Amino acid sequence: MTVTAPGADAAPSLRALPAEPLVPRSDFPVLAREVRGKRLVYLDNAATTQKPFAVLAAVADYYRQHNANVHRALHTLASEATEMYEAARRRVARFIGADDPRGVVFVRNTTEAINLVAASWARARLRAGDVVLLTVAEHHSNIVPWQLAARATGARLRYLPLGDDGRLDLAKLDEALAGVRIVALAHASNVLGTVHPVGEIARAAHEAGALVLVDAAQSAPHMPVDVRELGCDFLAFSGHKMLAPMGIGVLWARPALLEEMEPYMGGGEMIDVVELESSTWREIPWKFEAGTPNVAGAVGLAAAIDYLEAVGRERIHAHEAALGRYARELLAEIPGVVTYGPEDGDRAGIVSFTVAGLHPHDVSQVLDDEGVAVRAGHHCCQPLMRRLGVEATARASFYLYNDREDALALARAVRRAKEFFRVP
Amino acid sequence: MSLEDLYQDVILEHYRSPRHKGRLARPTVSQRGDNPLCGDELELDLAVEDGRIRQVGFEARGCSISVASASMMASLVLGRTLGEAEGLVARFKAMLREGREDPELGDAQALVGVHRFPVRVKCATLAWTTLEAATAALEEAAGRGGPAEG
Repeated sequence: MTVTAPGADAAPSLRALPAEPLVPRSDFPVLAREVRGKRLVYLDNAATTQKPFAVLAAVADYYRQHNANVHRALHTLASEATEMYEAARRRVARFIGADDPRGVVFVRNTTEAINLVAASWARARLRAGDVVLLTVAEHHSNIVPWQLAARATGARLRYLPLGDDGRLDLAKLDEALAGVRIVALAHASNVLGTVHPVGEIARAAHEAGALVLVDAAQSAPHMPVDVRELGCDFLAFSGHKMLAPMGIGVLWARPALLEEMEPYMGGGEMIDVVELESSTWREIPWKFEAGTPNVAGAVGLAAAIDYLEAVGRERIHAHEAALGRYARELLAEIPGVVTYGPEDGDRAGIVSFTVAGLHPHDVSQVLDDEGVAVRAGHHCCQPLMRRLGVEATARASFYLYNDREDALALARAVRRAKEFFRVP
Repeated sequence: MSLEDLYQDVILEHYRSPRHKGRLARPTVSQRGDNPLCGDELELDLAVEDGRIRQVGFEARGCSISVASASMMASLVLGRTLGEAEGLVARFKAMLREGREDPELGDAQALVGVHRFPVRVKCATLAWTTLEAATAALEEAAGRGGPAEG
């Protein structure tokens, strides 16, 4: 471990803060590399996460030992590949508390999962005047698919407002639910780190006769996510944000809903009988998985889930929340730095901030020079940026392989950015 | 490539004290430019007489590179003909593409380091593409025989 800067122990929360990462950094090959001659301090986990040897090995093992197309051929490799793919589906179902693996559809990512619902469910069911309820804090991937569905059907979009404390203003939730057919919202905000009370919103939505889609891209990797507790109808998340490869993601839906929905794409794998004029679909979930799927990705996702569950998502959440709180305290000591999102309560380890007199891109450039990787920009949340009254923010996001030294490195680098640009 | 190569002193100096900052009272043409992906915004005013840029002013919101670039561009094109200004835009783009300093570009040649930081190229070129759009609008208006609107 690196030695902590003298004086840093003055912050009261630090004594309670774990000085070590939750898992050995040596599990992650990329974390051993240097950037611009400095140790890589990877704090862009809300964008994507690094991969442990266990996941890389699972993917390599699949390609080295088992690779075959699934659900078709009768040979041994095909049977092994099919079993590995379907075992990954069962693993994902257990991971999110779903008792029926038929509710798990493999897609590329969260964006594709939401598009699938907005296309297959929403376009067939929304009528002119129906309402889709979103929040102003949504990622563009949970706004634009609904705009497309609304344009095609004449439905309208409505947005739940955000209070100044960075939490949803639910005072008028019942009013906001009038005429709503589906509520689509993030479990955790990718900018503010707010963990929204999805269970409460889902209960109110169901009472009002609406379905609920939860964008779990920023929660499933970091905290316990159980579809029974959330009470949602659809859940979407990405593998790459939870140690798994890029290109594999999950849409979970209540199986009864999937049964009623038309396919999203047509092609091989998803059909039963193809006639010249029409076809019949395979049963769920395969009806939604046209074409050769990302089997290696699914295998890697299952390995990532094993890795995360061996640590425990309660522990991961507590670790990241503590690091996020510590980083906010360190940043708050720097004159001109403003952090965004709730001061207290349930929060993810995401810290968005601005530095007076400095554009986030310039901040990020200096941080990179110090080996500190953060994201700067609008984080695919332009409506939220307007609500916050900023063009962009810098964002540090923590994961299980980060520790307090990373938070200190972030704060040191922000101070250097101010010095470099001679901002008072 | 060090931080100092990207952010040369002359760039930081233009960023802290931009030249020709502020809108013109009576511009011949006003042109808006922005980089929606990073939030850089620019409003550029030109006062043109007999095909020559007599006054230039701008308001910019954005990173140091985009603001400094606007300041350098404004200093460079003041007093030039529209044709000369267009030639300088082409030279600036070529410099960022090829990574070779160009003495014709004055202070703006300090932005050559952006060549090595591809994600920042859009920041550096915003002022120049906005100028290009402004001159194009003027020429189109001249073709129609009326004043241009941005």
